[in-house]
Amino acid sequence: MSTETQAVENVEVKEREPLFSKKNRKLINNPLDADNPITVQVLGVCSALAVTVSLIPTLVMCISVLFVLIFSNLAISVMRNVIPGRIRIIVQLLVVATLVAIVDQVLQAYAYDVYKLITVFVGLIITNCIIMGRLEAFALANKPWPAFLDAVGNGLGYAVILIPVAFFRELFGSGSLLGINILGENYPGNGVMMSPVGACIVLGLIIWFQRARNGYTEEA
Amino acid sequence: MSKLDKNSAGYIFGFALAIILVCGVLLSVVSGALAEKQYEARELERKTFILKAALGNEIAEMDGEKVKAMYESRVKESVIGVDGNVKEGIAVTSIVLKKEYKKLEKDGTPRAGEDVNLPVYEILGEDKTSVEYYVLPTYGFGLWDNIWGYVALQKDLNTIQGVVLDHKGETPGLGARITEDKVQSRYQENKTLFDGAELVSIKMMKGEGNDYSSNQHAVDGMSGATLTADGVNAMMKNYMKLYLSFINSKKS
Repeated sequence: MSTETQAVENVEVKEREPLFSKKNRKLINNPLDADNPITVQVLGVCSALAVTVSLIPTLVMCISVLFVLIFSNLAISVMRNVIPGRIRIIVQLLVVATLVAIVDQVLQAYAYDVYKLITVFVGLIITNCIIMGRLEAFALANKPWPAFLDAVGNGLGYAVILIPVAFFRELFGSGSLLGINILGENYPGNGVMMSPVGACIVLGLIIWFQRARNGYTEEA
Repeated sequence: MSKLDKNSAGYIFGFALAIILVCGVLLSVVSGALAEKQYEARELERKTFILKAALGNEIAEMDGEKVKAMYESRVKESVIGVDGNVKEGIAVTSIVLKKEYKKLEKDGTPRAGEDVNLPVYEILGEDKTSVEYYVLPTYGFGLWDNIWGYVALQKDLNTIQGVVLDHKGETPGLGARITEDKVQSRYQENKTLFDGAELVSIKMMKGEGNDYSSNQHAVDGMSGATLTADGVNAMMKNYMKLYLSFINSKKS
């Protein structure tokens, strides 16, 4: 008897939990820094190296990932109790692939120039480990609202790394920002920054900076 | 309440079927709703490329509506056959370059029995009466996938006015550089297709940073992308051969 009342109380406590409780805020804050999907978990690095040559495609890519992550996390979280465990991965994949195809179609209709630049990488969002990782590790076990926050946090955590990388690559690679020339017509451009090697270096520096500041140590 | 067994084969099949249906319907609705917009975007790109090949890079900076208006007033479309004669009653928009390209042998000659349709765009001068440039679409194969382009010729149907090149999947930073203005502008330095009456076409050379200003049939290459350049060269030569009857008929 007593355990039953205990359980009921627990449920009530959970229901009274404010929308932005400390726990929920952590879902957004953590991926931005201490548990960043790119610099700490080192996921989704492929697209971080590939699309960051200039800012505009990077921004579109970040929005696309955020969109896919939010809606796939929500969809999987809503269905978490009905998805058969044995086919859960393929169900996740199907949801992600559908969302990615929608993003691709929308870009093709409304941002054709950008679409042509990044359509290959938009397609690769399907295999982006950040998304599959969040679905498997979080959405399958949590209610829609925390799953939504988790998606926002991780999507922004992705963007918060990609945008600085693209900023430095576009500035030093082609001397411009958002396609507007900054360093003057005579700036010769920097081939290393234009290639994925430049992204690797910038990303490495960001990881170095972040770990030095947070005092991160590799777990044995 | 009897609970459904989530691990039974029936449940798994049912669930899979249901979610596939939902996703499939969702996708087809989205795709159907956006089809018109996507077509418009592709059409605008085609018009921009054609005008850009003949009139220069400022076209790419122009507003979409302006490009459409300019195209409307200054471009005359027609479809010709390999014999150079205009085919009446065929709209340029109904021609899919990729399909026409598939009618060709490896060496660029039409397969036996195939009727190749070639779009031709005549760009009228400011006065809108006389033809100032001819823009000829081309299609080919680069290193990884298809490449295509628009070649603009001056009134003499010999001197290149400009080219616009595009591709499906060339290597970014290497072969994909054919889309850059810097590379395309190399064709604008008084290059000619013919040597006397003989069609020589224009060749993008191996290596980069060389001066070909004395050679009317060669342009500077792209370092590290010789195979893409070979594809561009073959495309240019094959298609100019297909257009040869048309070019000769206009010249005389």
